[in-house]
Amino acid sequence: MSRFSELFMGMLGAAPKRPAQVSEKVQKIMFLKYEDKDRYIKEKLHARDHHLVSHKWRNRRWAVLLAVNLLFVFSFWLDIQILEGALTASRFVGFHLIDLNSALQVMLAHKHIIVNLFIGTFTVFLIWVLLGGRTFCSWVCPYHLLAEWAEALHLKLVEKKIVTDHEFHRGTRTVFWLLFALLAIVTGYTVFETLSPTGILSRALIYGPSLALGWVFLLLVFEIVYSRRAWCRYVCPIGLTYGAVGAISPLRVSYLVEHCFHEGDCRKVCLVPHVLEVTVKGRASDEVMGLGPDCTRCGLCVDVCPTGALRFEIQGLSKLL
Amino acid sequence: MNEAAEKPKKLATSLEKAAKARRKFIQSVGLTGTFIGLSLLGYIPVLRASTTRLRPPGALNESDFLSSCIKCGQCVQVCPVQAIKLGDIDDGFGLGVPYIDAREQACDFSCDAVQCILACPTGSLTYKKPPFLNIRDGALLAAAPILKAKEKDTEPTLNLKERIGVARLALPSACLAVQGKGFKGAARGAGFAGQLRYMDVDRWKPIPIADHPYDLPLCDLCVRECPVKGAIELRPLKSADGSARMTPVVLEPCVGCGVCEMVCPVEPAAIVVDAQVMWTGERS
Repeated sequence: MSRFSELFMGMLGAAPKRPAQVSEKVQKIMFLKYEDKDRYIKEKLHARDHHLVSHKWRNRRWAVLLAVNLLFVFSFWLDIQILEGALTASRFVGFHLIDLNSALQVMLAHKHIIVNLFIGTFTVFLIWVLLGGRTFCSWVCPYHLLAEWAEALHLKLVEKKIVTDHEFHRGTRTVFWLLFALLAIVTGYTVFETLSPTGILSRALIYGPSLALGWVFLLLVFEIVYSRRAWCRYVCPIGLTYGAVGAISPLRVSYLVEHCFHEGDCRKVCLVPHVLEVTVKGRASDEVMGLGPDCTRCGLCVDVCPTGALRFEIQGLSKLL
Repeated sequence: MNEAAEKPKKLATSLEKAAKARRKFIQSVGLTGTFIGLSLLGYIPVLRASTTRLRPPGALNESDFLSSCIKCGQCVQVCPVQAIKLGDIDDGFGLGVPYIDAREQACDFSCDAVQCILACPTGSLTYKKPPFLNIRDGALLAAAPILKAKEKDTEPTLNLKERIGVARLALPSACLAVQGKGFKGAARGAGFAGQLRYMDVDRWKPIPIADHPYDLPLCDLCVRECPVKGAIELRPLKSADGSARMTPVVLEPCVGCGVCEMVCPVEPAAIVVDAQVMWTGERS
């Protein structure tokens, strides 16, 4: 199985595998890395000492997320008309933009596609092919931000042993995606939109609070006391839709095995830690490896890595520069 | 969910591992069942006829409307009188779907062009229905509605093919005209926020009804403020004592905008719009 399809299957729920073959170059890197254990430990500690704990990418991301959502809000409130509508569908200075998963639900339920719907969907498709698919999740989705804060609280409670995390099977999200698609076709209603915290929050921000926020609140409580980031990890079909789109994206976080001490700090902060399995000792088969379509390009791992083994990369462009 | 299918290699740890995997599988199935079940609760309000909403002009038939609406609220944003609101979670699948509460704020077509239809990205609100979506009997307007406000323009009609409802005198005994009474003051009281376009005030700027008091010898507010030409008229009522009494009669051009319901000064309104009801003949 190619690396591409393996990563795609990983997104759908398959467990990450050991590489069948490790390139000679990586074998050499690993040999040199562990040749002298004392040196290895010294280097590791040295890197830790010099690690400037930064929240660069997180701060940039939050700023973008807030800016996008506030642009929606002010376009309506102040009537500046730059980004009209909500996250499900909007117009950016007149150009139709339509959320891919919402469009899919409408197309499946209504079984009819008008030109504007197609144009808006295609535009957004192109945008996220370029920007990395699930980049939508961490850089735009308002629920992601709330869930991040809920996650911080959850981790604190876990640390104090007040709650424990209950993991579900990652394939559950794929099942949800299929079921919601099927429900749209069969019932003729956009069933998923009734639950979607992304749509609910976006509309609440723009058009004012609604009772539906109660559902979002319940979800957050569920994530705090029962299962870490449950909605984004195991349920949300929007994430899977964007993940599929981003599978061919040039914008990605890549992993450079040479710089890595295989300590796993990155996996601890990650929303989708299975994409970082490659950072486990012996899992990297090439010098530079992309993290795959399920990665939301949130940059938490880039921020937390003490050695710069994880970095943002635009495929093709990095080589040119 | 192939977790359980991963065959254990060593027996001692494998039993524990298998049990764990099974637990995880069952929990995952539980999660799936719970959330899908919750999402299907949206059916309840949809199946209950009591939640029939007045939809914005140009809306497809209810089930098509719910399926095609992408819940973005662009129609809300363009409405000059903020008549359009979005359904909440108690509307089930109607969550985020636009509706009009005519008593609070009716559509008075002060945008002239039915802006909400123009704004809709999915064709949920449409000038012209695609042929495969059936048009119900009595939905089609006999002629393009003439906007009283635009009557003198070269193009006085509204680009609207179907009605969204039909007005009905629900409480004849409460109707001031039927009682032979006049009306003086603000139609809905001083605190009412609803707006209406008054051509003699400002064609492009609707104002609160509260700022436009009336002094009428016989109340004819529903007829006077109806934005569509020939949609409603007052007809004399025969009465024993020979007093001047009239009753509003709803005619075929009624599009169901709800302005009559909004301006009706009695509480509750004597005249109301029956949402999504089709034309079956004159109503009074």
